Amino acid sequence: MLRARAELYGSIRAFFAARGVLEVDTPVLSSHATVDRHIESFEVPGGGWLQTSPEFAMKRLLCAGSGPIFQIAPAFRREESGRHHNPEFRLLEWYRPTWDHTLLMDEVEALAHHLGIARGRRFVRLSYREAFVAFAGFDPHVADLTALRAAWPQVDLGADADDRDAWLDLWMSHRVGPRLGDPDPVFLVDFPASQAALARVRPGDPPLAERFELFWRGIELANGFHELGDAQEQRRRFEADQAWRRARHRLVPPLDDNLIEALQAGLPASAGVALGVDRLLMLAQGLPELAAALSFDHPRA
Amino acid sequence: MASVSTNEMKSGTKVLVDGEPYAIVDNEYRKPGKGQATNSIKIRSLKTGRVLEKTLKSGDSWELADIEEVDMQYLYSDGEFWHFMNPATFEQIQAGKTAVEDAAKWIKGEETCKVLFFNGLPLSITPPNFALLTITETDPGVRGDTSGGGGKPATLETGAVVRVPLFVQQGEVIKVDTRTGEYLNRAGK
Repeated sequence: MLRARAELYGSIRAFFAARGVLEVDTPVLSSHATVDRHIESFEVPGGGWLQTSPEFAMKRLLCAGSGPIFQIAPAFRREESGRHHNPEFRLLEWYRPTWDHTLLMDEVEALAHHLGIARGRRFVRLSYREAFVAFAGFDPHVADLTALRAAWPQVDLGADADDRDAWLDLWMSHRVGPRLGDPDPVFLVDFPASQAALARVRPGDPPLAERFELFWRGIELANGFHELGDAQEQRRRFEADQAWRRARHRLVPPLDDNLIEALQAGLPASAGVALGVDRLLMLAQGLPELAAALSFDHPRA
Repeated sequence: MASVSTNEMKSGTKVLVDGEPYAIVDNEYRKPGKGQATNSIKIRSLKTGRVLEKTLKSGDSWELADIEEVDMQYLYSDGEFWHFMNPATFEQIQAGKTAVEDAAKWIKGEETCKVLFFNGLPLSITPPNFALLTITETDPGVRGDTSGGGGKPATLETGAVVRVPLFVQQGEVIKVDTRTGEYLNRAGK
């Protein structure tokens, strides 16, 4: 397993070197953190936060004119522990200035084939709506709360029982996601605008987030965006997330004003993606759980 | 009352759900990368043994059930209650039919049973895994049969009925697995 990981890292580096994408290193410990509603950061006694992904620092490099960059970085997320989760994990994250998310999906597919993943198989592009219609039986953009809840009498979402997206997430993680990407890997695209995270939103009816996720054998492997470059809109989303956290008495980390400042200076139009390296290794090696792909999983770390 | 959060619910943790005591059997965490995490938790009723699945938002919690398991010696039954004694403190308790249930079929006195208390009251009784009991009634077997292919019913001194091989006779002591209710072998002699 150690050897398989080393070979995987070597292949990734060769792939990007051949394409002129620069490997970078950014700090793991930051004075700011993500305020994402569903991602919890580790706060470090003595000051600072462990990154939940290298996204903010890498975007600052893009703003500074780095050109295309990638890194294999440790990421830390509190409370994420399970068969396919470990609180510390490795992300392969890369950015392509001037590209949009559709071009980037082509490159994700090329990388996967280069790594021997799903070799010879064409990756399928499926919209969030199409996936729900096929595997949940309804249109996620119009279904009301009652319809979303109806199938789940045994589920108690507590304070978020009236949150449409929380129910959509439940459908995704229990019914839709596990059906995606077998045998052909699937790019899920055109997410609801309410799930845009850091992606651009394309106006329309309904407006759609220019975001994609890669699924292989029912497991989510990567998440990518046509990156939001609007500093004001970014600040507005951060502040809305902070307010959401405050209302639920959750930890409210300081929003990254270094990122906002860099965005104000100008983020080149770009697309970026983060891919879970440990999960990739787990699937490529046919392992039953993430822990088997790690040198020491969290309970033994 | 102490509570336990979804990420602390391990197999065996005893919780209160809708006022009833359950033991955690399995706990599966799921989360879309950017979305709401949930835990799907299999729980076994400590009253009925029935297993069901509930899904909670990750980080939400259940109250811990006030559950205690004590090894106690079975003394006697008065017909309505079964009486047990804690051999360490000599404290005696009585358990009703709903708590004793099937355990009554396997105990005749002096056995050490596991008594599960919920809020200080006996909730269930688990007899020892193996019981040695005398057959009080069974049809005479057919001579020559030693394997006991089909077997025959035998009534034991406690009233329990088990299937025994044809060669096993009335008055003999047999060993029974109380978890399955199956005959294991003849004992003693």
